[in-house]
Amino acid sequence: MAEYQNIFTRVQVRGPVYAGVPVTETSWTRSGKPFYIHLFGMLGDAQVGPIYLGITGIASLICGFIAFEIIGLNMWASVNWDIVQFIRQLPWLALEPPAPAYGLRIPPLAEGGWWLMAGFFLTVSIALWWVRVYQRAKSLGMGSHVAWAFGAAIWLYIVLGFIRPILMGSWSEAVPFGIFPHLDWTAAFSIRYGNLFYNPFHMLSIVFLYGSVLLFAMHSATVLATTRYGAERELEQIVDRGTAFERGSLFWRWTMGWCASAESIHRWAWWFAVLTPITGGIGILLTGTVVDNWFLWGVKHGIAADYPAVWGVVADPALTLPGAVK
Amino acid sequence: MMPGLKLGLGIVGSVAAALLGIAMLSNFEMPGQQITVQRGFRGVAMETNYNPVQLAKYVAENKVPASLPQLPATGPKAGQVYKNVLVLGELSVGQFTRLMVSITNWVSPKQGCAYCHNTNNMAEDTYYTKIVARRMLQMTQNINANWAPHVAPAGVTCYTCHRGNNVPNYIWWKDEGPTPNKGGALEVSMGQNRASTSVGNSSLPYDPFTPMLEGDYPIRQQGETALPNGNRHSIKETEWTYALMIHFAQSLGVNCTYCHNSRAFGDWSQSAPQRVTAWHGIRMVRDINLEYMDPLQGVFPVSRLGTSGDSPKVACATCHQGVFKPLYGVNMVDAFPELKVVGQQAGLVQTSLMVVNPGVYPAGAQATPRMKPTPIN
Repeated sequence: MAEYQNIFTRVQVRGPVYAGVPVTETSWTRSGKPFYIHLFGMLGDAQVGPIYLGITGIASLICGFIAFEIIGLNMWASVNWDIVQFIRQLPWLALEPPAPAYGLRIPPLAEGGWWLMAGFFLTVSIALWWVRVYQRAKSLGMGSHVAWAFGAAIWLYIVLGFIRPILMGSWSEAVPFGIFPHLDWTAAFSIRYGNLFYNPFHMLSIVFLYGSVLLFAMHSATVLATTRYGAERELEQIVDRGTAFERGSLFWRWTMGWCASAESIHRWAWWFAVLTPITGGIGILLTGTVVDNWFLWGVKHGIAADYPAVWGVVADPALTLPGAVK
Repeated sequence: MMPGLKLGLGIVGSVAAALLGIAMLSNFEMPGQQITVQRGFRGVAMETNYNPVQLAKYVAENKVPASLPQLPATGPKAGQVYKNVLVLGELSVGQFTRLMVSITNWVSPKQGCAYCHNTNNMAEDTYYTKIVARRMLQMTQNINANWAPHVAPAGVTCYTCHRGNNVPNYIWWKDEGPTPNKGGALEVSMGQNRASTSVGNSSLPYDPFTPMLEGDYPIRQQGETALPNGNRHSIKETEWTYALMIHFAQSLGVNCTYCHNSRAFGDWSQSAPQRVTAWHGIRMVRDINLEYMDPLQGVFPVSRLGTSGDSPKVACATCHQGVFKPLYGVNMVDAFPELKVVGQQAGLVQTSLMVVNPGVYPAGAQATPRMKPTPIN
């Protein structure tokens, strides 16, 4: 049983591969003969398959592939089809949204049209994948928790790339498709709108993000630490608490006076995870539309501390010099 | 576990770890080596960070050379003795000669006088370098006389930028970027998203200089009220400002907080006084590029022009060269009072008695290939 103390899964159970419960309410069936991969078994379940794609899965993959190709080929074209430069500069390359001058109009392909098209196909792909996640859960008789959690992430994505740009009246407000470029965009976004750290919904999002990490670490550590007493049979322990969860609960009551239950810890984790992009999306939505400078908003509402001016008065030369231009 | 798989995983893991290690070693500084200087009020993180190895390199590179002894203003004037002396004619022959020798030491120590002068007829404007040098003298005088809020008290001489090189190391040309898809359906260059040393290897716009240090495109993007009040500056514009600010930081070897309180970049009342100095510097650089560098476009040979056919231009790094004050603020110009007053500032072509012969190379400059800007690291 000491095996369970290891960070990696040391025990791989090998029986007949299983096809899962019957698929209901669809003409598609799962396809492919399941097989085992030892390496996968070190990280998760060793069994691969059977596969179910269905109409939404296939349509989603096609749309995702189109978006991926539009982005990738434009990136490659931007280095003049040089494969070495494409690989070397890949993290820097991007497909940019249209210039501000275009507003919400549809620009020429070369000046943001491709960005708009890639965004459309990526959004359709994600939406179809959401439908797939929802339908597969229903088909298995599960709740739709995973779909709604995924939906929370989609909310943030839609706010960034669609809802907020429309409210601002300009596609140029949206995020570029690119690795470093989207990070530079994030920094520029915060600078333009007067420091996002003073946005209370950004604060909430950070709380839920870090909170999710903390809860995940606390829960997984507790379960791993009590697996030797059967804590890996977590769902049984929710309704029939055994010594593993008694010990885990007592541990937290000893260390912090109170504990979640075997069931509620999952609600805590789900809500923290889901609220991260929901509050984040609200914060993004308010930025530029309702608040233009979050630091000044913070000053107005008494959340930005004042510090002594160690250099005396530093004034804007554009205001103090006659005839100066900003 | 199968032994083959275990071995394979081990090898893959070792290679990955080695590559990651190399990548980290080449990109990160040794921990605990930084020197942090607190400048702002405690808790606001307005600090300047130095790496002692880099610092030693900069200190060694930014030493002021000894000046030749000053000579009296008495005796015949250079303008009376020599022909075609248009800017420094009021100096005595001794002062004039001393400055010429100093300029040679600062700009063309290898080629000597012949880099600018036809040695058979020193007065003749044979080479483009002489026309440029004359204009640069006027520029230096203008900087010292009219841009005191940025350069006083240390002032500038030719050496501030040239450092013994014919062409200063850190200059720039308009960079239109690769535009392979011009006219096609594929995305045109948007002026950003390349691995660019000009903006600290970020993906920010790689030529913020043309709009903001030659043109006067607005640098300020933040709104001055909490709620929307007509400020229509975009995130994209902010990226151009951000790019320019990265150039500032690289050129001066400082971080954002040298001038700004990063919680409110736009707020002057929380900024360091250096931000005011920088404000004047931006205007000074625009003045230099518009009044002195751009008009020389027809004088420079093609090998000195950019790929767009434009003049070489200056930015912060041209003088600063990685240091918060060029040459660590040591005053060099007091030994050359003639560079502190505005001499004759007449136009370029009109001042020349001889016919300007654009693009004629002096000896030793013929083979110079087109330069590339040197990144500041």
